[in-house]
Amino acid sequence: MSELAADIQFEAVSPRQLAWIRFKRHRLAMVSGGFLIFIYLTAALCEFITPYGTDTRNVQAINAPPMSVHFFDKAGEFQLRPFVYGYDMHINADTWMRDYIENPEKRYPIYFLARGERYEFWNLFYSDIHLFTTGKEGYLHLFGTDQLGRDLFSRVFYGARVSLSIGILGVTLTLFLGVLLGGLAGYIGGLVDRIVQRVIEVLQSLPTLPLWMALSAALPVSWSSLGVYFGITIILSLFGWPALARQVRGKFLALREEDFVMSARLLGAGRMRVIFKHMLPSFNSHMIATATLAVPGMILGETALSFLGIGLRPPVVSWGVLMQQAQNYQVIVLTPWLLLPGLFVVLTVMAFNLLGDGLRDAVDPYSTAGQD
Amino acid sequence: MNSYITRRLLGMVPTLILISMIVFVVIQLPPGDIVTSTLDRMQAQGVEVSAEQIQNLRAQYNLDQPMVLQYLSWIGNFVTGDMGYSYLFSRPVNELVWERLGYTLLITVSALLFTWAVAVPAGIYSAVRQYSVGDYVLTTVMLMGLATPSFLLALVAMYIGYEWFGISIGGLFSPEYRDVPWSLARVGDFLSHLWIPMVVVGLGGTASTMRILRANLLDELNKPYVVTARAKGVKPIKLLIKYPLRIAINPFISTIGLLLPALISGEAIVSIVLGLPTTGPALIEALINQDMYLAGSFLMLLSILTVVGMLLSDLLLAWADPRIRYE
Repeated sequence: MSELAADIQFEAVSPRQLAWIRFKRHRLAMVSGGFLIFIYLTAALCEFITPYGTDTRNVQAINAPPMSVHFFDKAGEFQLRPFVYGYDMHINADTWMRDYIENPEKRYPIYFLARGERYEFWNLFYSDIHLFTTGKEGYLHLFGTDQLGRDLFSRVFYGARVSLSIGILGVTLTLFLGVLLGGLAGYIGGLVDRIVQRVIEVLQSLPTLPLWMALSAALPVSWSSLGVYFGITIILSLFGWPALARQVRGKFLALREEDFVMSARLLGAGRMRVIFKHMLPSFNSHMIATATLAVPGMILGETALSFLGIGLRPPVVSWGVLMQQAQNYQVIVLTPWLLLPGLFVVLTVMAFNLLGDGLRDAVDPYSTAGQD
Repeated sequence: MNSYITRRLLGMVPTLILISMIVFVVIQLPPGDIVTSTLDRMQAQGVEVSAEQIQNLRAQYNLDQPMVLQYLSWIGNFVTGDMGYSYLFSRPVNELVWERLGYTLLITVSALLFTWAVAVPAGIYSAVRQYSVGDYVLTTVMLMGLATPSFLLALVAMYIGYEWFGISIGGLFSPEYRDVPWSLARVGDFLSHLWIPMVVVGLGGTASTMRILRANLLDELNKPYVVTARAKGVKPIKLLIKYPLRIAINPFISTIGLLLPALISGEAIVSIVLGLPTTGPALIEALINQDMYLAGSFLMLLSILTVVGMLLSDLLLAWADPRIRYE
């Protein structure tokens, strides 16, 4: 070992580290990734984060607008503990709707990590500790309430659990179908390839929503909520896999001629082993990026179907089911806050798109994104 | 060119056959069939039905025959223009679908034109002024359009229309024009209603279209011939339109085919929200009531619409780019 070689400092960076470096440059993708981690965490812990359960009704606040959180009391004094004002209800003589006006006499302080409504966490154990609550007295509706007096804030986060998990589950299924069929087509070639190609072509030229509608209308009414949930997920994946399969097929066609695949085959590796052990790893990062970009389609699909009343059905709470209440024209004009779940849909879908873009740029070894 | 068209037309046949099979299977999926739902209705009205009558009914709809024969008779009738009878509307399906399909086509095509009218200038601008404030603003707005479910956009349009302009949005005609024959005034009224579904349906596709054009154009703009032309003093606008844009627009044509299924899907749901007299609302009603001839015809016609649209976009591409014809 010469003196010279020891002096030179080599900076070794693995492909994964390179991708991470490129990804970090993509600021919007970083922010989106953070947002998604946050929203998935809140969805997972929604019993703890929300002040009420999905079916808790507050008859004192039916169709009540969102409450604003105050820090200054009537006298204009700053209070460290935030609080909300209770509602006084009037019947509006013109519209015969309930009007709610904040009553400064009814002051409900917000307590953090305090005892409130009892809930069962993940079907595991009972608790009554909430992230924030007004305790036993008063009520707290940050997003307002619906026509049954149920807290919209709580329902949005419970709905997130269903809508977001459908996105992930559906994409997993899509990924499986896409890799399997695209892989077989690209690897075996010949007749199999032609059939798969034709099916892909047909499925991609069909208008998805009408077919989704037909398939989910065919789900038996007698099915349990869980059955419908899985049914919808499968329906969404059935039309999602072609785009992915097409990409996988292209990659396989290119990789099939590579030397390392040839040597694996000559060493006697079986077909499945070559596909899953040798070929897949060389482009799985690419697949992850594509899958990320496929999640929004799933979430939007569930939302649209449930909104139309042929997807998930109450008492299941999902973002689409929540939007169903806002279907009618009068409802939107009189209680516009019922559109709030839609805002969450938009934010989540946007975050997935941006994250997917960032990932795609990051895992592409020839990409120059973020370097200029 | 002629041989290319022939090849493409022949290629459509297996596609359409496969689609018809998928549609047939889909409409056969719900438990029960036309006879059981007719029987339910008759029994609800207190009509006694004998076993023989049931048998007759089943024979009338070929339900006593194997699946393959049922499919063949359905598709055979469909091709000859007999689409069956709708129980929901108590009319032959033929009389129901064409007008609705026409409105669907109209809204979809105008949405497509709207998408281009917005996406092309926006794409050119953000490519020429890459990383400018305008580029970021356009990209963000388009991304929001992409992320917003079209039914939510329709709801927001309804809310804005009422709160800001005091007009009720929905339908394709004002009440006074709904059932009168076509006249100039009716066309005007129709156009004043058309633009909302057009914008709402079209906005979803603008983001992807704009991104594709932007990327294509950026690839071209960095090529040496553009630099040369610029150095020679060709006017920027003339240079842009004459060379790079013409090349960048080619792959862009092929995106029509990808855009169409999305537009037709969007049209269906937006029409349901806005209560437009198109295929969407009738399809969902037919599906919920298991009026399978009607639902099947709508599904089939919408799919044909998409396939034909894709064919047209392919032909357009072949016309614009000779390399494809001779592949």
